[in-house]
Amino acid sequence: MNITTILFWFLSVVALFSALMVITNKNPVYSVLWLIVTFFAISGHYILLNAQFLAIVNVIVYAGAIMVLFLFVIMLMNLNKETEPQKNRWLRMAGAIAGGCLLLVLVAALKDTDMKQQLAMTNGGNIGLIKNLGKELFTTYVVPFEISSILFLSAMVGAVVIGKKE
Amino acid sequence: MTLLVIDWWFILEKALLIGGIIGLSFFIAMYTTLAERKVAAWLQDRRGPNRAGPFGIFQPLADGGKLFFKEEIIPLASNKFLFILGPALAMITALLTSTVIPWAAPFVTQGGNVIPIQVADVDMGILLVFSIVSVGVYGIMIGGWASNNKFSLMAAIRGASQMVSYELPMGLCLIAVLFMTGSLKMSEIVANQVQNGWHIIYQPLGFIIFFVCALAECNRTPFDLPEAENELNFGYHQEYSSMKLGFYLFAEYINMFISSAVMVTLFFGGYDIPFVNEASWGLSSFWMTAISFAVIMAKISFMLFVFLWIRWTIPRFRYDQLMNLGWKKLIPLALINMIISAAVMLLLNK
Repeated sequence: MNITTILFWFLSVVALFSALMVITNKNPVYSVLWLIVTFFAISGHYILLNAQFLAIVNVIVYAGAIMVLFLFVIMLMNLNKETEPQKNRWLRMAGAIAGGCLLLVLVAALKDTDMKQQLAMTNGGNIGLIKNLGKELFTTYVVPFEISSILFLSAMVGAVVIGKKE
Repeated sequence: MTLLVIDWWFILEKALLIGGIIGLSFFIAMYTTLAERKVAAWLQDRRGPNRAGPFGIFQPLADGGKLFFKEEIIPLASNKFLFILGPALAMITALLTSTVIPWAAPFVTQGGNVIPIQVADVDMGILLVFSIVSVGVYGIMIGGWASNNKFSLMAAIRGASQMVSYELPMGLCLIAVLFMTGSLKMSEIVANQVQNGWHIIYQPLGFIIFFVCALAECNRTPFDLPEAENELNFGYHQEYSSMKLGFYLFAEYINMFISSAVMVTLFFGGYDIPFVNEASWGLSSFWMTAISFAVIMAKISFMLFVFLWIRWTIPRFRYDQLMNLGWKKLIPLALINMIISAAVMLLLNK
């Protein structure tokens, strides 16, 4: 058992546990905080795969920016256990069935893929370093990259237009 | 002698370094509080604290002792766990940012081993600092919310939106710097400046924008709106007392110290000694490390003095002015700065 394996199991346990806490917690603020822990655990996994850029960007964008906005909204609305609307029994059951169906589909789709033969390369590979990633993005994948940047631009323009409306 | 796969000597070396840097951060933060009061006194033509020890040099110890012995109050209606987590997070994130800063020229031992005076020279370098800074918002937000006090919550939200807004122009200035270095590694950013001159010469506008953003990120005057006493009583740490309050206040000074160190590393050549070619002196490696450490500390001290100087010179902004400055002035300026830098780099074909 080397250190990579230990870290992998540790991070997996943290990620799964915190993800469960996100959905089981009654208090929305706690849910958001547990989600931040989940993002950190996933960033840890990226670092194990030597995808340093992805790990850092995950922290900056998700844990640092998006979750702050989530927390903003939840704190300002002052949601807590008492104000949480009680869902009725049928709605819960419908949710469980719908979720179960999704799980079934996912399992069926992923059962026969050959992913399970391919072990992830941990602690090696340099494609995740910023220089290689940048070169790859701006040569091989330049068209999808530019298309996604146009998508971001239109989202930005849309946000400004909505924000300007009185 | 290994622990798992890591050499014990390596662990010892890094542990000593980390301990040293954390101790240094605390020490500098302590004496920045004294310097703040002394500079304030000097600018206002007073004497400042001069009772504890000669010239008041034991004043920080007295202040710290006072904070430790104050009564610890946790409000009944607060969320206890998050109430304690808030100041802890503020302190942790403040201290974490020092990991990637190169504090001195690498030390070469007799046996030829090179010991970098830097905890981790990771490939992401400066981006790691940014990611930790972006997480630093939670210390303020969690503390402000868990206090269960409207003023604290308002201040926390102000603080968080201010920090999120000012990260953008900061990042854009950074891109202009990275055009010249071509690497995010802090050691290479410094090496580039040792070779080609400091970045402040090439990026004066970038530095000014970066500095303004650093003021906002550290919640320093003129952007100390989260602590605007006349609007919000005492700000996000209103309900805190004793050393928990001390942690929040202390974290601010550590943030100042680290952001000064980051700015020195990015724009003022890090540990580079100005105007001379120190490699030709033929000094031993130990002395080179010591001198370069003294040089970076002198530069950081000057930056800290500028922080204090600004605090006691410029009055506080209004909140809408702060947001206008960030979004409508600094971001376009930083974008123009970035485009011009890119065009010049392209013309020079570097």
